[in-house]
Amino acid sequence: MAEAPRRDELYGLLAEFEQSEALLEAAGKAHAAGHTKMNAYTPFPLEGLSETLGQKPTRLPLIVLLGGILGGSGAYFMMYYASVISYPINVGGRPLHSWPAFIPITFELSVLGAAFAAFLGMLALNGLPHPHHPLFNVPAFNLASRDRFFLCIQARDRLFDVDRTRQFLEGLGARVHEVPP
Amino acid sequence: MSDAPHDEPIPAALSARSSDELPVIKPGHTYASVTDKISTIVLTRQTSRGWLLGFALSFALMTAFLYATGYLFAKGIGIWGTTIPVGWAFPIINFVWWIGIGHAGTLISAVLLLLHQDWRTSINRFAEAMTLFAVSCAGLFPLLHLGRPWVFHWILPYPNTMDLWPNFRSPLVWDVFAVLTYFTVSILFWYAGLIPDLATLRDRARSRIGRIAYGMMAMGWRGSAAHWHRYQVAYVLLAGIATPLVVSVHSIVGMDFAAGIVPGWHTTIFPPYFVAGAIFSGFAMVMTLAIPLRAAYGLQDFVTIRHLDNMAKVMLATGSVLAYGYLSELFFSYYSGNPYERYVSINRALGPYGWTYWALIACNIVTPQLFWFGPMRRNVPVLFVVSLIINVGMWLERFVIIVISLHRDYLPSAWHIYHPTFWDFTHLLGSIGLFFTLLYLFIRLLPMISIFELRELVHETAEES
Repeated sequence: MAEAPRRDELYGLLAEFEQSEALLEAAGKAHAAGHTKMNAYTPFPLEGLSETLGQKPTRLPLIVLLGGILGGSGAYFMMYYASVISYPINVGGRPLHSWPAFIPITFELSVLGAAFAAFLGMLALNGLPHPHHPLFNVPAFNLASRDRFFLCIQARDRLFDVDRTRQFLEGLGARVHEVPP
Repeated sequence: MSDAPHDEPIPAALSARSSDELPVIKPGHTYASVTDKISTIVLTRQTSRGWLLGFALSFALMTAFLYATGYLFAKGIGIWGTTIPVGWAFPIINFVWWIGIGHAGTLISAVLLLLHQDWRTSINRFAEAMTLFAVSCAGLFPLLHLGRPWVFHWILPYPNTMDLWPNFRSPLVWDVFAVLTYFTVSILFWYAGLIPDLATLRDRARSRIGRIAYGMMAMGWRGSAAHWHRYQVAYVLLAGIATPLVVSVHSIVGMDFAAGIVPGWHTTIFPPYFVAGAIFSGFAMVMTLAIPLRAAYGLQDFVTIRHLDNMAKVMLATGSVLAYGYLSELFFSYYSGNPYERYVSINRALGPYGWTYWALIACNIVTPQLFWFGPMRRNVPVLFVVSLIINVGMWLERFVIIVISLHRDYLPSAWHIYHPTFWDFTHLLGSIGLFFTLLYLFIRLLPMISIFELRELVHETAEES
């Protein structure tokens, strides 16, 4: 596979749309045209955009499940260890392994584990924190958090060619910005 | 604020046949207008005199709290009126009161999200902030009440040279885990909700410090399709786990009491009835905060009469559950045939603190009945006054449960009349100061309404019409 042209000079081309429908349409066409290294940027979550771009569903739910299981089982075994192995106290012959009394803390720490997994997992999968990014060099990109919708086709995309990609994006009715690396 | 938008004209609001016809956002707003409206409150507006005055007052009260706490550490908890047999008194009343207030924030942000209630959007952010600050105030009281707060870590399980563990069979230890988990999850949920808005502020900020500070906190959020996809999954999952959490937290607070053998505490109704009371008081506090905020910052377009009306309905419903709880307490104390339980009920109504019981009934049961009437639910001054009354009523409820039950339990020789001291009131009022200090800082420095969710709401309402 040949190295994408002018990779060093450009991060990609950024198309700016005024309407969310226009972006969704453009994303569908870009996906159909075979672009893969691209992403869309919107001021709020747009339903179906991720699928339209051909992105895979996230593994986050699995991570959250594991976090919850880890928190809950850790809590339960901690209490088991403390009450049965480390410091058993005979209180009127009551069972040392009094599992019903261990349920509330097991529940709380399951929730805690799952919450940390959801929060940190989301950040990690999103590659955050990542304070510097080439897109921030485009002044118009400020509007991605206000009322504009963007589609960026990256220079490392297999089909990327500055002129042809620019024509393609302009043909979709977008204003096109160059993104320096 | 001469161009501040006003409430829907009252006659129009009253003539709407059902509140569902009232809009959740005033028509005519665009993505840009909602973004600018909320972000300018934080970014470019001069600090108003009202803010400075309110902040100064709250800060003064918070300073009183710190002073009282320093005195407490020096002298011990004898400075309070707390003494045997009333060993719990004000600090625990304040703890339960504050943590109950916190619950509405989680309920609004998590449960209403899962139920697809789009009206939550304008109020969830500051309701979550309220949760966080209320839980912060709540958490301080058990620590101060420990007597030796510097060894508070003894209640946590960690390997120690004493070779001891906390008693995991005690609801008080469950409570430590519940409150700490609740606080942590509330922070995570709140911060996750803030990230896209922090990016909005980063992109709007004019000052270098603002750009850097908001940029650091936004962590490089770009709002890409992949970001949003994972973000939404994480947010819904957080909401899903916060929902049972909020129920568990106040249930465990209820069990702190129910597991004790004190007459008036030892009932199975406590956990559900505490949860209902928590939601009731929390919504009252959201109302108490929302009404002045929307007026001061001209947010009537976003926090509409529809929101206030819906919150009043929730208060009516949870208030009814609470009334059922009071009735069942009375019934079971009679039906148990236990003389001590029966005496507690009589003593609550007719004993030395009887007036607090009747005040509680008037505040929590009688007053909310106004909300059966639509015009009352849409009358802003009435809502504000009723919400204040409910806040007071819920504090009194915890006073009745804790002090009246403890001061006369079994043997009359151990009975004692409890008197709060100056320092009890200083800590109570001081914690209110702490709460409002944090709240004032929040509304000055962070967007008090979720901007990206408002944009989404504009998008959805545009699609529907």
